Amino acid sequence: MIDVEKEAARIAEQGESAPRLARDPVNLPMINNWLEAIGDQHPGYTEVAPPAMVQVWTMAGLHGQRTLDDPLGAMMKILDEAGFTSVVATNSDQTYHRYLKVGEHVSVTTSLEDVTGPKKTALGEGWFVTTRSTWYVGDEPVAEMRFRVLKFRPAEKPAPRPEVPKAQAIRPAINRDTEYFWEGCRNEELRIQRCGGCGLLRHPPGPMCPECGATKPKYLVSDGRGVVYSYVVHHHPQVPGKQTPFVIALVELDEGVRMLGELEGEPSIGLPVEVVFTKVDEELTMPSWRPRADR
Amino acid sequence: MRIGDSLPEWHVEATPTFVISTALATRDFQDVHHDRDLAIQRGSKDIFINILTTTGLVQRYVTDWAGPEALVRQVNIRLGAPCYAYDTLKFFGQVIEREEQDLTIEVVGRTDHGDHVTGTVKIEVPA
Repeated sequence: MIDVEKEAARIAEQGESAPRLARDPVNLPMINNWLEAIGDQHPGYTEVAPPAMVQVWTMAGLHGQRTLDDPLGAMMKILDEAGFTSVVATNSDQTYHRYLKVGEHVSVTTSLEDVTGPKKTALGEGWFVTTRSTWYVGDEPVAEMRFRVLKFRPAEKPAPRPEVPKAQAIRPAINRDTEYFWEGCRNEELRIQRCGGCGLLRHPPGPMCPECGATKPKYLVSDGRGVVYSYVVHHHPQVPGKQTPFVIALVELDEGVRMLGELEGEPSIGLPVEVVFTKVDEELTMPSWRPRADR
Repeated sequence: MRIGDSLPEWHVEATPTFVISTALATRDFQDVHHDRDLAIQRGSKDIFINILTTTGLVQRYVTDWAGPEALVRQVNIRLGAPCYAYDTLKFFGQVIEREEQDLTIEVVGRTDHGDHVTGTVKIEVPA
């Protein structure tokens, strides 16, 4: 049994690897190949290199071999032996102290910063390995990078999506301003707040009329009909109590206010809809929308 | 350029030619970036974009918007779903910090499979 943490501590203690010189000095042909491939038409890269190319200069190349003191290579080997055979890069944080000039010859050193695990991930159980690299021109540090990979044991098969029981559905936060609305839903009434002062209809409910400032709201019962004003199809993330994808529609009611709710069926702007009430439990009934039969 | 300003949405068509030419231009010769048979054998759907290219695209997205006078100081990225050949990679961005001439831009690159990259870019713009 390999003690990954002990091995990691041993490699981290070795500190920075010896500087490894780039194959070529910073040069225009490689810059131009990069700009052409990325499609970058930035006019400024005639005497300096794009900063995001810093790692390119010291890539090992087609037949590259890791140097013996390379901490990332050493750590990968240990995790391979421990059964974590696959690798995926997860983070790259690059800081550029200055732009590199054509003709400068960079070298790179790398140290092991952190090894964390084993963690359960969507890909399988694995270790996060973080290294820190510094690029130098002579003795001058010109750029730095924190690089993190996940070294993992591929999952036998993808983990099944967790089932979300209906009882765990997200519940509305009901307060004194909104209680009348949810009470209405329990009675299969779609209630719209109406100002007790000026009569303005408004939704979502609030304590004070934005028009006249009155604080004695009443409500009227809507006939529950309207048209889809806008909508989103929600794919991700998972929502407790819901199967994705689902549609959330903003419906403009015949009375003039707009109200959000789930829409059953194929959405489209202008679709005539009507309210439907779904009882979740004794306390909660949710309003949602369905296309109107008489459209 | 103020906090809250959005960058124009930008779409990159990740054709096989794009995936391969950028991998080679960044000197990344890992087979999963140019050999579909081996990529599939290793459990991938297809060849996919390498991380050095993602860094380059994020930098380009920001400098295309900020102009050539802007200096790039930092590119921090976190990778999610791979960007496979034939995917469309859609970039979105917004200025989230500004302190005098130093700006932080938040960037998201998304394919149909989810977020390929989320990150921040720090730039310095002329006074």
